[in-house]
This record gives sequence, C-alpha cells and structure tokens, in this order.
Amino acid sequence: MSPATERPGPALLTAVAVGGVFGSLGRYAVGSALPHPASAWPWGTFLVNLSGSLAIGILVGWIAVRPGSHPLLRPFVGVGVLGGWTTFSAFAVDVVSLTTHGRPLLALLYVVVSVVTGTLLAGVGIVVGQRFEEGVEVLEGGLDSEGGLDPEGGLHPDGPARETPR
Amino acid sequence: MTALLVALGAAVGAPLRLLVNHELRTRYAASPEAGTLAVNVAGSFVLGLLAGYAIQGSWLALIGTGFCGALTTFSTLALELWTVLEDRRWRHLTTQLTLTLTLGLGAAYLGFVLTR
Repeated sequence: MSPATERPGPALLTAVAVGGVFGSLGRYAVGSALPHPASAWPWGTFLVNLSGSLAIGILVGWIAVRPGSHPLLRPFVGVGVLGGWTTFSAFAVDVVSLTTHGRPLLALLYVVVSVVTGTLLAGVGIVVGQRFEEGVEVLEGGLDSEGGLDPEGGLHPDGPARETPR
Repeated sequence: MTALLVALGAAVGAPLRLLVNHELRTRYAASPEAGTLAVNVAGSFVLGLLAGYAIQGSWLALIGTGFCGALTTFSTLALELWTVLEDRRWRHLTTQLTLTLTLGLGAAYLGFVLTR
C-alpha cells in the first residue's frame, strides 16, 4: 500500500494537530487584537486568511524545488499551521454577519477581495518560495571545499555547483 | 483558559480535516477540492449555529475559534484556486468557486437562520 493510501498514522496526525494548535492560537491572538463590530470590515479574519494564502504558496513553491525535505514538513505547516491559521468558517459567518447587519455590499466586496487576493497571493507565494530556495542553492554553490564561504559566492567564474539542474 | 480551549478544539479540528480528506479520497475517489469543500461547509454550518445562538466565551473558543477554525481552511482553498487558474481550467474554476461560495456561505447562513 503506498503511503498516500494508508490511513494517516499517529506521527502524521500529531504533526497536523500540533500545527493546527499553533496556527489557531495565532489566529485567536490576531482576532483578539483586532475586534470588530458585526457591521465593519472583518480585519482579523481577512489578515489571517490573506497572509495564510501567501504562506502556503511560499511553502509549496519552496518544497517543490527543494530536494529531500522532511515528509512531515508539508503536513505540519500546510495542513496544520496554515489550516489552523486560516479559516473559512469565520469568513462565511463574517459574510452572514455583514449581510444581516445591513451591509450586503460590504459583504460582497469582502467575498470578492478575499477570494481574488487570496488566490493571487498563493500564486505569488509559489514564485517567492521557488526563488528563495534557488537563491539558497546559489549561495550554497558558493561554498569552497572546506565548507567556508567562497568570497565570490555564486559568482564563481566556473559557475556555482548545483545539485539539481535548473 | 480560553486559549487552552482554542487549542483543544484545534487539536481535534485539524486532524479531522486530514482524516475527512483521506476518507473521501480513498473511499469515494473524491478530489482534494471536494475534501476542502466538505470541511469548509461543515465548519461554516456549525459556526453559523454558534453565531445564531450568540454563543460567546468558553464554548465559542472551544467549538468556534478552535474546532471550526481548524477544521476549515482558507489557505488550501486559495492554493487550489490558484492551481486551477494557472492551468486555465476555467470551467473547473467556475464550478469550484460557485460550489464553495454557495454551499459554504449558504451553510453558515443556514446554521444562523435555523436558530431564529
């Protein structure tokens, strides 16, 4: 049975649970710091959801070009931390709340801005994550044989050593 | 104390999302997007109920902020939407957006009005 079809084991479940706790506590902190009346823009939910969308892009982009990352990294950070940090339920109730408090247009704007910006930020994050890892590899390619930092870094005339072809 | 309740709710909600996704995928050959939709709709419904009953304090922390907040996800949804957008699968994008918004927002609204 391949790993993908095995029921999640205790290590995976624990990683997701712990990550979820961290992310949710962070979201709780943000929500407590940014309380809002039911008829106002839901800043807390908005900020966690947009930042989380960017972050999951960065995570995915980074892992995609990074050889040999820990198998629990993506579940811990992606499913756990960011799944806990972001929330659809609060987003949905925000919309209901705005609508029932006489702000249906604001509710519509909130939906559109959240979904569109979140989606685009995920895409931006993927590029950032990829570029970050590629930048790290360029720096690592500048290490000399003793493991010290080559002063010419990744600009060595023969080109930096790369483990994975671009 | 309230933070502890948030943590407890989250510790249940997040793994449950993982398990729901797994079961839907392996038992019903569902797509990952279907799993995300399922948890988001369910969590929105529950939070809608809480909002309708004007639940505050400890119960809101445990079931709302903790459980529903961790059960549902916006980041995974955003990533899914971006992937579909990038692949220019317009019909899929339209379907996913429509289902997510109508069912997800509808569930929250349903939970809310059921308490009236």
